[in-house]
Amino acid sequence: MSTMAKPTPGASAPHARRRGALTAFMIKEVWHILRDRQTLLVILAIPLAQVVLFGYALRTDINRIRVAVVDPAPDYATIALRSRLTATPRFEITHVLANAAPLETLFRRGGADMAIELEPGFGRHLKAGEPARVAFVTDASDPNSSTTRQAYATAVVNDFAAQMGDAGGGVHITLDQRMRFNPTLASVNLFVPGLIALVLTLISALMTAISLTREKERGTLETLLVSPLRPWQIIVGKVAPYIVLGFLIALLVLAAAAGVFHVPFRGSVALLLGESLLYTLVSLALGVLIAARTTSQRTAMMAALVGTMMPNVLLSGIIFPIASMPGWLRAVSVIVPARWFIVIARGIMLEGVGLANLWLETAVLALMTVVLLAAAVRSFSARLA
Amino acid sequence: MNEQHSAPDAAIVVHDLTRRFGSFVAVNAISFSVARGEVFGFLGANGAGKTTAIRMLTGLLLPTSGEATVAGYDVYRQPDEIRRHIGYMSQRFSLYEDLTVEENIELFGGIYGLSDQRIEERTRELLDGLGLRDVRRRLVGGIPLGWKQKLAFSVALIHNPDIVFLDEPTGGVDPVTRRQFWEMIYTTAAAGTTVFVTTHYMDEAEYCDRVSVMVDGRIAAMGAPAELRRQYGVATFDDVFLRLARPSAA
Repeated sequence: MSTMAKPTPGASAPHARRRGALTAFMIKEVWHILRDRQTLLVILAIPLAQVVLFGYALRTDINRIRVAVVDPAPDYATIALRSRLTATPRFEITHVLANAAPLETLFRRGGADMAIELEPGFGRHLKAGEPARVAFVTDASDPNSSTTRQAYATAVVNDFAAQMGDAGGGVHITLDQRMRFNPTLASVNLFVPGLIALVLTLISALMTAISLTREKERGTLETLLVSPLRPWQIIVGKVAPYIVLGFLIALLVLAAAAGVFHVPFRGSVALLLGESLLYTLVSLALGVLIAARTTSQRTAMMAALVGTMMPNVLLSGIIFPIASMPGWLRAVSVIVPARWFIVIARGIMLEGVGLANLWLETAVLALMTVVLLAAAVRSFSARLA
Repeated sequence: MNEQHSAPDAAIVVHDLTRRFGSFVAVNAISFSVARGEVFGFLGANGAGKTTAIRMLTGLLLPTSGEATVAGYDVYRQPDEIRRHIGYMSQRFSLYEDLTVEENIELFGGIYGLSDQRIEERTRELLDGLGLRDVRRRLVGGIPLGWKQKLAFSVALIHNPDIVFLDEPTGGVDPVTRRQFWEMIYTTAAAGTTVFVTTHYMDEAEYCDRVSVMVDGRIAAMGAPAELRRQYGVATFDDVFLRLARPSAA
């Protein structure tokens, strides 16, 4: 019997329905995920537990607060207060405005961290011993930094008042404080965008790395590599189900946040999902890179935790504001994907801004995606040759 | 189908095949050919270069120099064609333990491009042939090792490959199952599929039509097992292997 006379795979029925290698492979991945109940439960439970737990975050010091001063009628007193602000290293006056109208746009663009509004006739009131009014407006989408900023500004104004008092008797300054974007100062509002980033990292980088190295460990990867599946198909088949899973969980977190904690969602859901997809691709690429360089699930897990989870938690601004990091650490944070995604997610959710204001962050993520995906596919294929 | 491809006289033809890793020569100019329907034993101590040679023949590793065709396809230019026409079963059990018997068959049927209808037919044939119909919905992790091994072999043949590579297929299996496994190998070879098998069990070498023994990257001996025994004047193939692999010990 000639071997060539045997039916070539599939050739016997050219029009027959065929699921295709990639689909068959993805179905298998879905079985893996569904059968591993324990892991699935952990993946689902951890983010939800975190939504509940992260009501409180940490206070930190802040420097170089960008201030917009609204000074409709400058006089000796307002000029003195302004120079007092700039005399401390904490404040930097970036804008001096004649009225409060442009503030909204300024905050939305992220052009200032807080605004100090001085009423017209500030100096006259002071001199006359009447209440002179000062209002603080802060961008509170990051509530920790926001309260700290107000506290610092209060200290400067009080100091100013005390000095004026020394010079000429009963000075009276009334402070008025307002928060923009997150008036309730709920930390959970701040944390939910960060949590979405963590969930997507956890599922895409960690789970992908583990699941790929599991195939290495068990020897099944060898069988796949000898099959007609191409390396890119193995990678795509591996990661696609995790993208879906990551998205489901991100939606679950959003729903929990909105339903239980009434976290606002001001921007476009579609935009946030699109940006999430971009961020997921970056994390997946990192997961594949890790898997290509490790041989055991344990090593892959450690590498994923240290290499992706840790920087994403510590250096992204989820917990510690980037603004309060030392300069070199701020520089390091630039390469942390979550740092960019957090700005995007917070902007969309808490401030309702669109792509026009987030193009830089989006471009950075897109660049990271291209570079890392190319490196991942290369390094995975290189292992085979 | 590739136009340049014509029915090969031999399933595998290897000529001066060499692979270097830096200055280390893992496979040193080996030459052999395997006829269609032959059961060819590929022996050698660990580190002799067996795995490297198999990786080159299965399209996982490019040779440094030399020539090789597998099922009539060139290892340099047509690795994708080769993959479609060979089956492979690794020394480590190559099915998924958290998938059922049926799901494993469907997975590999799908990967090898079989139509849904064909997968169904093959699943039926395979389950009946192995007597595994009753456990088809059980997770593979829960069935006895002997059954797994036979199932893995059948799955490696799901697309009716021209050649099947078996890399130490009987490791850790009891003697009765090994016997049954070899019966399956004979049936497969009789049906025209070439079997390329590596093993650590020297008694299994006797079951092969022909064997080659690799030592330090070279093929030290090749021929029918009985012929080699005669040539070295020893009673068992074990002794042949010892003579070749560890000349000082013999």
